[in-house]
Amino acid sequence: MTSHERNWMPTTPRKSATFDDYSLSEIRRAAATGIYDIRGGGSKRRLPNFDDLVMLGASMSRYPLEGYREKCGTDVVLGTRFAKKPIHLKIPVTIAGMSFGSLSANAKEALGRGASLAGTSTTTGDGGMTPEERGQSTTLVYQYLPSRYGMNPDDLRKADAIEIVIGQGAKPGGGGMLLGQKISDRVAEMRQLPKGIDQRSACRHPDWTGADDLEIKINELREITDWEKPIYLKVGASRPYFDVALAVKSGADVVVLDGMQGGTAATQEVFIEHVGIPLLSAIRPAVQALQDLGMHRKVQLIVSGGIRNGADVAKALALGADAVAVGTAALVALGDNDPKWEKEYAQIGSAPGCYDDWHEGRDPAGITTQTPELYKRLDPVIAGRRLANYLKVLTLEAQTLARACGKNHLHNLEPEDLAALTIEAAAMARVPLAGTTWIPGATA
Amino acid sequence: MPSIDLSKTSVRELNAALHKLKADTNETLWTVTNPNGEHSIAAGVDAPVTINVQGSVGYFCGGMNKHANIVIDGSAGQGVGENMMSGRIHVKGDASQSAGATGRGGLLIVDGNASARCGISMKGIDIVVKGGIGHLSAFMGQNGRLVVFGEAGEALGDSIYEARLYVRGPVAGLGADCIEKPLRDTHKAELMELLTEAGEAHKIDIAEFRRYGSARKLYNFNIDNAGAY
Repeated sequence: MTSHERNWMPTTPRKSATFDDYSLSEIRRAAATGIYDIRGGGSKRRLPNFDDLVMLGASMSRYPLEGYREKCGTDVVLGTRFAKKPIHLKIPVTIAGMSFGSLSANAKEALGRGASLAGTSTTTGDGGMTPEERGQSTTLVYQYLPSRYGMNPDDLRKADAIEIVIGQGAKPGGGGMLLGQKISDRVAEMRQLPKGIDQRSACRHPDWTGADDLEIKINELREITDWEKPIYLKVGASRPYFDVALAVKSGADVVVLDGMQGGTAATQEVFIEHVGIPLLSAIRPAVQALQDLGMHRKVQLIVSGGIRNGADVAKALALGADAVAVGTAALVALGDNDPKWEKEYAQIGSAPGCYDDWHEGRDPAGITTQTPELYKRLDPVIAGRRLANYLKVLTLEAQTLARACGKNHLHNLEPEDLAALTIEAAAMARVPLAGTTWIPGATA
Repeated sequence: MPSIDLSKTSVRELNAALHKLKADTNETLWTVTNPNGEHSIAAGVDAPVTINVQGSVGYFCGGMNKHANIVIDGSAGQGVGENMMSGRIHVKGDASQSAGATGRGGLLIVDGNASARCGISMKGIDIVVKGGIGHLSAFMGQNGRLVVFGEAGEALGDSIYEARLYVRGPVAGLGADCIEKPLRDTHKAELMELLTEAGEAHKIDIAEFRRYGSARKLYNFNIDNAGAY
């Protein structure tokens, strides 16, 4: 039988699961440019996350609380270990550190407005404190980063807390780079560098190395601020048990633990997707370290990286966190990646929900840009209100779940309120696979 | 003239007293005895006072200093004058690592040697070291001037921005994007100004210094430069 005589159908053209469309496009992009891909945001691939857990509502063996009547507290006090002036927040959802420079001044102001309306804190970033942000933020956490861009003792004293950044979830062990196109006159002045050049952010602090030095550094910051401010320590999730133990040893008041879904202004794609561990897997080892040292609830734990809704908040708190932080979700609440800018996203080769070239400064939504015609699109009052609404919904949702579990405060949620839908999630979160008593690695 | 004995008073009490000083204070001369290598002595001062520390200090002495004139009659541990904004710190002995790190203004003088990472990430501070400095000094130096009478270690000025470096002795090696530049008359005048401020004018020949600074080739990312890192 010759080929033109065959009377059978060929197999369906099949794409490789390994060499999928994205991988192929990345190979072509790399071959064309000779440079790795840089983007903003956090890990985009499917990772074990809070959707792999469910909450066990009350029934015969537990009493629920009345949804619209009985109180379910949401407040949190941060910095009770050493600081003379701990922070008291109305809700356990804070705004993560994001810099003026990577974000527009209007976006920073909106974050401050939204957080203040909701009764929570916002955080500066790798670029110093702006008056807009300080002015609109009832509670402002001042980040102390390796670059020390914009760092000065006056702003340090204006802050309500200090967050020493060791790393972040998107890039544990990495520094950063703010590309020249986002370095406006104002950004350049705040960072004491010429306009238009790339501004590198170092990955190590310039004047201390290791936990023994860090203890002395923390004491210096306490001395400079007369022991008033809570001192946070932010780490990217990689070895949370040991990092949290060392943070406690170093004298931190609060530990901020950022999972690999946490966003960045700009980092190599390979770094974002392949370094660090998901938040779901990081919380229990962190809490274990605090418990082993007798410091759980004494040194508070804030977790971040992919928090989207009130269920995520409730589950993170049930695993032992004292509060969560949101970054990417807060930007979306302001208007980032909004479908109303669909045409403009298309013009720059992207689409709503996909836009992550935050380092290029061409954000149609006016958030990750320093270009006046773009950042003027973001009204900080309206955007701040949107953020406050979003934070309110997160809180109401978390309360709904907590009441269903019979808890009169979000902090009374516990691992016993959770079950896992996958074996991976059961092992990572150390809660039983649903319908069983099996916790892989912990029970037979 | 307050005198604080750190064998009897804590650093915390000393700093709290210094932080209460107003710009027009009459208590302009302070003496600190028995520092015994304690950390964070006179950190965060914001007043035009003179603080004489009679002995050696630990880490971060004079950290984030504004306006104060701090004299350390001994050696200083890591990060002396870190992030200082203004004023003057004079170490009469040697200084450990990261002296003047991220400093934004003022003058840091070290009579002896400074160690590794002297002037790391400097952002406007002037540093005069009468001895030598260790490796990776002025790493990512953004602004300000570093004057070294002796030698410099490996990778001087690595990834430097606009800081200007003057070294009289041999340099073990230059870091990425740091090059030697001509010592013109304007630079000689700048050196004379710095030496005068440090009380060293006319004691050494300015022409013996060599100037180093940024080649500015790494200011904007270029894949062809990837091998330089």
